[in-house]
Amino acid sequence: MRVVNKGQIDRSRPIGFSFDGRNHVGFAGDTLASALLANGQRLVGRSFKYHRPRGLWSAGSEEPNALVTARQIPNQRATMLELYDGLAAESQNRWPSLRWDVLSINDAFAPFLGAGFYYKTFMWPRAFWEGLYEPLIRRAAGLGKLPRSHDTGRYEKAYAFCDLLVVGAGPAGLMAALVAGRAGANVIVADEDARMGGRLNAETIQIDGQPGDQWAAGILAELASLPNVRLMPRTTVTGAYDGGTYGALERVGHHVAAPGADLPLECFWRIVARRCILAAGAIERGIAFANNDRPGIMAASAVRAYLNRWGVAAGRSVAVWGNNDDAWRTAQDLAAAGVRVAAMLDSRADPARAKGPHDFPVFTGTQVVGSRGRHGLEGLQIRDPKGTRMLACDCLAVSGGWNPTLHLSCHMNDRPVWREDIAGFVPKPGAVPGMSVVGAANGTMDTTACLAEGARAAQDCLKDLGMAGVDVDLPQADDGRFDISPLWVVAGQGRAWLDFQNDVTVKDVQQAARENFASVEHMKRYTTQGMAPDQGKNSNMAALAVLADATGRGIPETGTTTYRPPFVPVAIAAMGAGGRGKGFAPERFMTSHLPTVERGAPMIEAGLWYRPSYFPRPGETTWQQSCDREVRAVRTAVGVADVSTLGKIDIQGPDAAAFLDFVYINRFSTLKPGRVRYGLMLREDGHVLDDGTTARLAPDHFVMTTTTAAAGLVMRHLEFVHQALCPQFDVRFISVTEQWAQFAIAGPKVTRSSQQPARDAPV
Amino acid sequence: MRLSCPLCGPRDRREFYYYGSDDYLNRPHSDPQADASSGGWSDAWEDYLHLRDNPAGRLRDLWYHEGGCGAWLAVTRDTSTHQVFDVALVVDLKGKAGS
Repeated sequence: MRVVNKGQIDRSRPIGFSFDGRNHVGFAGDTLASALLANGQRLVGRSFKYHRPRGLWSAGSEEPNALVTARQIPNQRATMLELYDGLAAESQNRWPSLRWDVLSINDAFAPFLGAGFYYKTFMWPRAFWEGLYEPLIRRAAGLGKLPRSHDTGRYEKAYAFCDLLVVGAGPAGLMAALVAGRAGANVIVADEDARMGGRLNAETIQIDGQPGDQWAAGILAELASLPNVRLMPRTTVTGAYDGGTYGALERVGHHVAAPGADLPLECFWRIVARRCILAAGAIERGIAFANNDRPGIMAASAVRAYLNRWGVAAGRSVAVWGNNDDAWRTAQDLAAAGVRVAAMLDSRADPARAKGPHDFPVFTGTQVVGSRGRHGLEGLQIRDPKGTRMLACDCLAVSGGWNPTLHLSCHMNDRPVWREDIAGFVPKPGAVPGMSVVGAANGTMDTTACLAEGARAAQDCLKDLGMAGVDVDLPQADDGRFDISPLWVVAGQGRAWLDFQNDVTVKDVQQAARENFASVEHMKRYTTQGMAPDQGKNSNMAALAVLADATGRGIPETGTTTYRPPFVPVAIAAMGAGGRGKGFAPERFMTSHLPTVERGAPMIEAGLWYRPSYFPRPGETTWQQSCDREVRAVRTAVGVADVSTLGKIDIQGPDAAAFLDFVYINRFSTLKPGRVRYGLMLREDGHVLDDGTTARLAPDHFVMTTTTAAAGLVMRHLEFVHQALCPQFDVRFISVTEQWAQFAIAGPKVTRSSQQPARDAPV
Repeated sequence: MRLSCPLCGPRDRREFYYYGSDDYLNRPHSDPQADASSGGWSDAWEDYLHLRDNPAGRLRDLWYHEGGCGAWLAVTRDTSTHQVFDVALVVDLKGKAGS
């Protein structure tokens, strides 16, 4: 439900939308997720394997549960879908309805369906796998369904170049962009959110005495006014590649109610940047406990974001639980906004934050050990040193700490390094050449330090680029220090979930370790931990901690799985934009193409060229009748064929003849001007490369023809021979394939005079 | 991946055609008299045509700027890190050696 006087939504602009056919109303600025939450829709999806009821977990692109189908595109995260008039979203992986789902029976069989179940069960008979088992399993498990028809959405691709690419427009990224922008560098700022500012839009932090979101808006206004800065909202940088190349997906038309025919849904960018500053922030993680997947159990930062940015209370009575200071912000913000805080639970025995008066009940040294509520949270079982009891609430905001969003820094094969004080992995410095990592992505958890780090990294980049730095005043933020005491799993009765998206439990990971899938990569493949669209962004860290514990190793020794692009799912249609139908390959047409087509000749492809198969005449009903007639004409009279598709290379220079003697197996230096000779060309290993005729127009001037398909190959070969094997030859050549038309005239009745009409024909 | 063509500047990898190691720059010398007895075959030719190193590390290989100026390039790079150390025009290398 909405909270008065909170949020950056525009309450004067209501927007109608539907979910599973039911109509709702949200506001401009809402995402589908915030609007659903505001409308009390807590159940948003069914899980992959056990069809468990699931609700929103996050407010960002890492969302594991709220996957919906809209505009026939499956697996869209409700947290990333901006609300537009008439948005019709459908939940997935349920039948007949989200609330009453037949396959939720799977959950009752859960004891038999653990990790490795398929591998152990469907071994025999072998032939049944492809025909029976696999189709059945695929139907039961799964995400959204692809439409059977072609994707008719419009996609685009584009290229950009810059001095500095800033990934993420939170406090660190904005400071970096500001410094580089003021210094005159060519800057691109890419942020996956529609509204830039990062966590500043979701927090009540003050910067230089100003609310964080307003400070960000001011910086963004200055950046937008700089001609050398390009702001790219709704753009997720998906991969870091060699040579400062980055892939990025821009969501261009998804949020528009009626995108015009020219507006693409998405655009895939290839950005080449001399330097990159990664300021992608961090993703909050949960704590695994029994039945921790009920709708209403959410990341504490998400509860805060829904409150502060969208003015939505995630519950009527919210319990907050964490192992770090950050969780307390959620309780404070909720209480300040008038939302009932059932309790602030801190797993630490004596956190400094617990001191002083609070507007809500505080329990320290407390853990959540269980939950109840069939389609949504109704209460928690909590345990403190004094014992176990129930706590009534309809929402739990949980924080197990933050995982720096360092994915891009690992795309060139480096692994991150463990940092004990924040209980998280941070990027290895220099992992991607030309990239520096700042802010929370680098493990820096307080805003003032993030701001300073962003500014400093930009100054360093300017120095690298040979540009003068600029002086900026470093702003001060009012958030305090970040203290954490790791807590990954709480023992209890029932399944404790790690990967919501792939239905992996703590027990599954422990079982993998027991069955000797002890390497993190083996565990991942055995349990499917971290494999779904979120790629374990929410859960890999905790799974790793469980594995480390089960195998008696530390977390740093256990290590992470490999981070690979793309950071978020990218539609093939976006990467291959423009490659459909006629866009698949260029078309090359002969001189006589139009008259040929007008005569009804069926065209066949020869490489990129189009050539006629035969020229049908009235009365001919099969291809053979036409071909027989054409062959007869050549045998008994005259036939003409357009052979302009042959490659043609103009070769000139005093050493042209010697050069041809070198590349052909036969001699061309003896050819007289005005004559033509057939030649055969070999590769370095003696295999035939190509054959064709070459005409000598003058002592130092030849025109070579190649076969249609090998024209480019021969050109490349000639260049290699000239540059690598005989650079001393004074010879030059150039492709003239499209400058000359060519006609073959053949048959017993061909004479010089009968060729004349062909020579005089207009081309 | 990007390569810096000495004539055109830094360009996307897709402008270039890849040919393999630079062994093809070292075509064995042909000796007509020796060739007559061996049928033109020698160990040097065997190496030149068939034997290639496959190092995890520094390698010099040949690239053709097909979507650009048509220059053949000798690129020295690290096959495990993809770092490019040097890009030279083949014609410069061979011109110097030949002259």
